[in-house]
Amino acid sequence: MNLTLRIWRQKGPEDKGRMVTYQVEDISPDMSFLEMLDVLNERLILADEEPVAFDHDCREGICGMCGLMINGDAHGPQRGTTACQLHMRQFSDGETIDIEPWRARAFPVIKDLVVNRGSFDKIIAAGGYITAPTGSAPEAHATPVPKADADAAFESAACIGCGACVAACPNGSGMLFTAAKVTQLSLLPQGQPERYTRVIGMVDAHDEAGFGGCTNAGECTVVCPKGIPLNTIGRLNRDYLAATAKSGGKPGS
Amino acid sequence: MDLYTEGDPIADTKAPEGPIETRWERRRFSAKLVNPANRRKMTVIVVGTGLAGGSAAATLAEQGYRVKSYCYQDSPRRAHSIAAQGGINAAKNYRNDGDSIHRLFYDTVKGGDFRSRESNVHRLAEVSVNIIDQCVAQGVPFAREYGGLLDTRSFGGAQVQRTFYARGQTGQQLLLGAYQALERQIGLGNVEMNSRHEMLELVVVDGKARGIVVRDLVTGEISTEMADAVVLASGGYGNVFYLSTNAKGCNVTATWRAHRKGAYFANPCYTQIHPTCIPVSGDHQSKLTLMSESLRNDGRVWVPKAKGDDRAPRDIPEDERDYYLERIYPSFGNLVPRDIASRAAKNVCDEGRGVGPTKLGVYLDFADAINRLGRKAIEAKYGNLFEMYERITGEDPYEVPMRIYPAVHYTMGGLWVDYDLQSTIPGLFVIGEANFSDHGANRLGASALMQGLADGYFVLPATIANYLAAGPFEAVDASHPAAVEARRDVEDRITRLLAVDGDRTVDSFHRELGQIMWEHCGMERSEAGLRKAIDEIRALRDQFWQRVRVPGDGEGLNQSLEKAGRVADFFELAELMCVDALHREESCGGHFRAEHQTPDGEAQRDDDRFAYVAAWEYTGTGEPAVLHKEDLKFEYVHPTQRSYK
Repeated sequence: MNLTLRIWRQKGPEDKGRMVTYQVEDISPDMSFLEMLDVLNERLILADEEPVAFDHDCREGICGMCGLMINGDAHGPQRGTTACQLHMRQFSDGETIDIEPWRARAFPVIKDLVVNRGSFDKIIAAGGYITAPTGSAPEAHATPVPKADADAAFESAACIGCGACVAACPNGSGMLFTAAKVTQLSLLPQGQPERYTRVIGMVDAHDEAGFGGCTNAGECTVVCPKGIPLNTIGRLNRDYLAATAKSGGKPGS
Repeated sequence: MDLYTEGDPIADTKAPEGPIETRWERRRFSAKLVNPANRRKMTVIVVGTGLAGGSAAATLAEQGYRVKSYCYQDSPRRAHSIAAQGGINAAKNYRNDGDSIHRLFYDTVKGGDFRSRESNVHRLAEVSVNIIDQCVAQGVPFAREYGGLLDTRSFGGAQVQRTFYARGQTGQQLLLGAYQALERQIGLGNVEMNSRHEMLELVVVDGKARGIVVRDLVTGEISTEMADAVVLASGGYGNVFYLSTNAKGCNVTATWRAHRKGAYFANPCYTQIHPTCIPVSGDHQSKLTLMSESLRNDGRVWVPKAKGDDRAPRDIPEDERDYYLERIYPSFGNLVPRDIASRAAKNVCDEGRGVGPTKLGVYLDFADAINRLGRKAIEAKYGNLFEMYERITGEDPYEVPMRIYPAVHYTMGGLWVDYDLQSTIPGLFVIGEANFSDHGANRLGASALMQGLADGYFVLPATIANYLAAGPFEAVDASHPAAVEARRDVEDRITRLLAVDGDRTVDSFHRELGQIMWEHCGMERSEAGLRKAIDEIRALRDQFWQRVRVPGDGEGLNQSLEKAGRVADFFELAELMCVDALHREESCGGHFRAEHQTPDGEAQRDDDRFAYVAAWEYTGTGEPAVLHKEDLKFEYVHPTQRSYK
């Protein structure tokens, strides 16, 4: 296949950035999208041009490092698929493909297609855990967990933290990411003691990091490569409401 | 020129003698403690945030040490442990199927083909039960039965069901548990987290590890970080083969730099080739994707009986198929250990019975399981893996059998450590896949997660205290001559890499190096092949330093420069791997020498000559390394010809 690529090039955080057009030839339909970018980069290096910087690591859809807006879709046209698992057979010969970084206030661009998602870590640090210092754990079978709860917790826990939800959201909200962790931990008996401080801490950190609010647009769940359901945000809202009621109507801890 | 010389033997002096069941307990009691007030005065550097590094950093911080943590990814949550699929072993015996700590110990020593240390493996089996408790308390959503209790399944090399799992994403869930514990400590100010930072040199002051030199991958800034002890949890070196199931960024630089500074590198030739990976589809291939070993619980491996049979798999009648694992190994069948399954796949492909466009593949067929259990049950167990297979190959494994082929997956070798997980450099500890300690010549499935978390949560935090009890050590800062020299070495190397300005890309060299290694130091090795490989590696390494082209500069994000430094270190490691493979004139586990096999093609060990750990001392690039042997004693598991028939 021969393709025309229009790629966002930005030298650094201060650079304004622009779309640059490249041609790539002889692309195999069995290549992954990132392997197609490898082909471009190999050629650019030999032509004395700077290769396109993009984040990637495991290339098997689980580390969450890759993230590209492909023709305006987070991770591209195939649902339930990260950019690294997207294969070129999803495209056709002669097509023009636009490739851009995640665009959100909370994810500033570092270079080209690479953004800073450190704000996700801050949300987790603000409560996305169960306090269980090493060595203090009771016997694993001391507390049975109903299978339905365990399965539902797993479904939310499958989030890979890639940030596609934020990139797709018209408000740049990180609520699906936040809600996925809140939901996982609040479904488990081990997560109950910190259930309400957790949700307030995480939502506060979310807002402080510059993410927008959730208006139930639902774009996030459509692009989520792991299919995190929208109703996790409903669960977060219920927990948040209960938490603020418990703290006398004053959000924040 | 000789490829190596032999030096003094080396011994692990930290493991107590006496009954194996109480060695760990006795070591913990004899190890010195650090009082909580003194812990606050001491800094520990932890490089890597996978299961081992993440759990160690969190636990050390909980104990009150000041921790500085480093990873090259943009977040500690992305370390490659996250990609582990199948599960984690633990001797809980919840199934009442005859499991015990002793059986896990026995299976692991046998699975490792009698090339691991009994003391270490027994400790691993003991600690395994605590890991499950710890992870459940953290909210890891393991698979459960309808009664609410934990589910387990079988894995290769075991006849009991001791593998705990979270669908096909066990590594992800365990890592996120450790990551969340780490983030909690970061939030509390107990851990200074440095993501997008790469360790490029170790600082050794007066014989002790006292710091590292790191590069900020975003700004390009080089800095020297000092501490009372350094922990390397930087993973394995499978990417020396270019194509592997490792993440693209996985590299040997942290451990190789420590090796150059005096840490011995043990058993580098012990590499694990995983039998169930999606076959290579073309020259563009940038990495290989694993299909979990758990699939071998229900999938049956076969090839056509006839050579060159090009019919579609469903058109080949049952009596013209060779379910070769079930035929050759009736008692373990499709669940033989990885080294055995991989070599068997290679053999049938070498016979001309491979399948798929490249003929380097075998079928993994679920038709029987789907008939027996129904499609729904198979979806529930393996749905995500089947989807992944379809995305990559464009084929639906519910309808046509998967095609699989072995690929490099894990490295059992690594920096030599004693029972305390301390390297030959005092103050330098090595945990997880980065060390060599527990898996011998072959790792059993679901044991990497177990070892990573055992080291990070339970072993290192106990043993490092014994070292730190002598501290806080005399303060040294980045102006110490040793630190200045280490930093200058890093800067010089970057300057050299940028200055070559040649006509070949880093990836083209890496790919070529990988081909040499796969050809001659992969699933089967021979003396002639290894000698050839060493010559080729040396020639290619010279070419690399004359012809590599690294665009851009060192000031800022430069992914080509990152790769160039890693590949330069892979070149040096590759040579040592071949030397190690050449000197070990026997077959064991993942190390199969063509000259040393039984009449029916199984690995033939030579316990009289090779029942030792080969710990290599660095003497200079291209200079003969010095071999130090650590004798392995087997008091509890008697070495036998491993049989899974």
